[in-house]
Amino acid sequence: MTNLQSVLETIRMIEKENLDIRTITMGISLLDCIDSDGEKARKRIYEKITRLAKDLVKVGEDLEQELGIPIINKRISVTPISLIAAATSEEDYTAFAQILDKAAMDVGVNFIGGFSALVEKGYAKGDRILIQSLPNALASTERVCASVNVGTSKVGINMDAVRDLGHIVKEIAERTKDNCSIGCAKLVVFVNSVEDNPFMAGAYHGVGEPDAVINVGVSGPGVVKAALEKVEGESFDVVAETIKRTAFKITRVGQLVGEEVSKRLGIPFGIMDLSLAPTPEIGDSVARILEEIGLEACGTHGTTAALAMLNDAVKKGGIMASNHVGGLSGAFIPVSEDEGMIAAVNSGALTFDKLEAMTCVCSVGLDMIAIPGDTPASTISAIIADEAAIGVINNKTTAVRIIPAIGKDVGDTLNFGGLLGYAPIMSVHKFSSEKMIARGGRIPAPVHSFKN
Amino acid sequence: MKGIVSVIGKDRLGIIADVSTTLTEQSVNIVDLSQTILDDYFTMVMLVDLETMKCSFKELSDELEKCGQRLGLSVKIQHQSIFDAMHNLEYGGFNR
Repeated sequence: MTNLQSVLETIRMIEKENLDIRTITMGISLLDCIDSDGEKARKRIYEKITRLAKDLVKVGEDLEQELGIPIINKRISVTPISLIAAATSEEDYTAFAQILDKAAMDVGVNFIGGFSALVEKGYAKGDRILIQSLPNALASTERVCASVNVGTSKVGINMDAVRDLGHIVKEIAERTKDNCSIGCAKLVVFVNSVEDNPFMAGAYHGVGEPDAVINVGVSGPGVVKAALEKVEGESFDVVAETIKRTAFKITRVGQLVGEEVSKRLGIPFGIMDLSLAPTPEIGDSVARILEEIGLEACGTHGTTAALAMLNDAVKKGGIMASNHVGGLSGAFIPVSEDEGMIAAVNSGALTFDKLEAMTCVCSVGLDMIAIPGDTPASTISAIIADEAAIGVINNKTTAVRIIPAIGKDVGDTLNFGGLLGYAPIMSVHKFSSEKMIARGGRIPAPVHSFKN
Repeated sequence: MKGIVSVIGKDRLGIIADVSTTLTEQSVNIVDLSQTILDDYFTMVMLVDLETMKCSFKELSDELEKCGQRLGLSVKIQHQSIFDAMHNLEYGGFNR
């Protein structure tokens, strides 16, 4: 029998340290739903999603009970809609977002991702329409998440898309300003986006994926922090090893849940995402792990090194615990969704520029950051461009999910509620990037040798 | 399939008797048992065989929770595989 100490350790992780399965995400291909008649396509989309995912929530809840571990979110990702809708002659894809929203509501999932376009090298017809539809689509739906990939390490950065998305982000903020500009929290601008990410808002089901697949993301910042409390003052060798062992245990639970959900639904298991995903609750923060390592506040000098070590150790521990690792797999540092990050911003320890530096060593990027509502579109584009460059040059996924808080300024707070949390508005540089962004075109693919 | 029943709370008379009765009523066999006092808390872990169980897993879980409420402590059942997955390198998945 599993010994007493081990049983108690598991129970403590779940009950006191907020260990949970963050998401079970079913990826669904919509390629077989394409039709030149938009109405027909949407009917097929609705029928396919509700058929494949009808038992997703129930199976999740059953397992939650049997294993005694919370499974917080059940979600769906679909093929980028720009590819599906392009076959129609429609000039606005909002109706596609609305049918996804309805399907999500009817099967009981809280988010559906994939109102997406991949435009790293340029716009195809569907991409342009989808991007223009974003403000309307995100303002008129509740559960739909969108993403746009604007660059890759192989091909460089599409600066036309970067320029356009600055305006789109502002328009979404304006359209949803009565609700904390929440539309912007549902749009991720990526480079090197991955096709099997189970986390929202950036999840979509890539074209290289099977017809349907189950991907799982776990969460466990509280567990890692609690483990580190026991090795106070020890060297980094001990700290890294402790994180690895903890990550192994956390990931094994995710693997178990993923395999079993897949068996019960008859849908193949895809990947485990090894990301440490925080929540705004006390005891579920990545920032507090960094502070446990020895920083007075997250954001001070030493933060980037501590985060780099944490991110790497989580991967090393997690990789052996799962037969297939994928998704984003790294520590998330969303500001509004992490109690310690929020505190660090409020105390002045964590600035926008330090956050940018931190994104160089972890997934996924400038995430859930509220900025003043009067920030020019070109500055938002420039923020996206900087973050894109970090990803493209370093061969990693990076992203921007930024919320211009309409009518608000530094010192105010945006409160989204729930897992999205609340965000103190952070200051951005006042000097203009207008002329740089106005150039458009493409930043060429980087050299993949001579690395320095 | 096997489950782990964990009982944690303030010590009192008749805990083992009451939990065992709840399990017996549903034909659940206790395979192994380990118990200790940790920081003044009574802590017991039982490995139980659910093959012959007369009710559903949820019903058993609800009955044990009620039993815990009567005793003023926490009584929970979880599938054994979550503990195996976490602590046993050689675990073989969700065994039924």
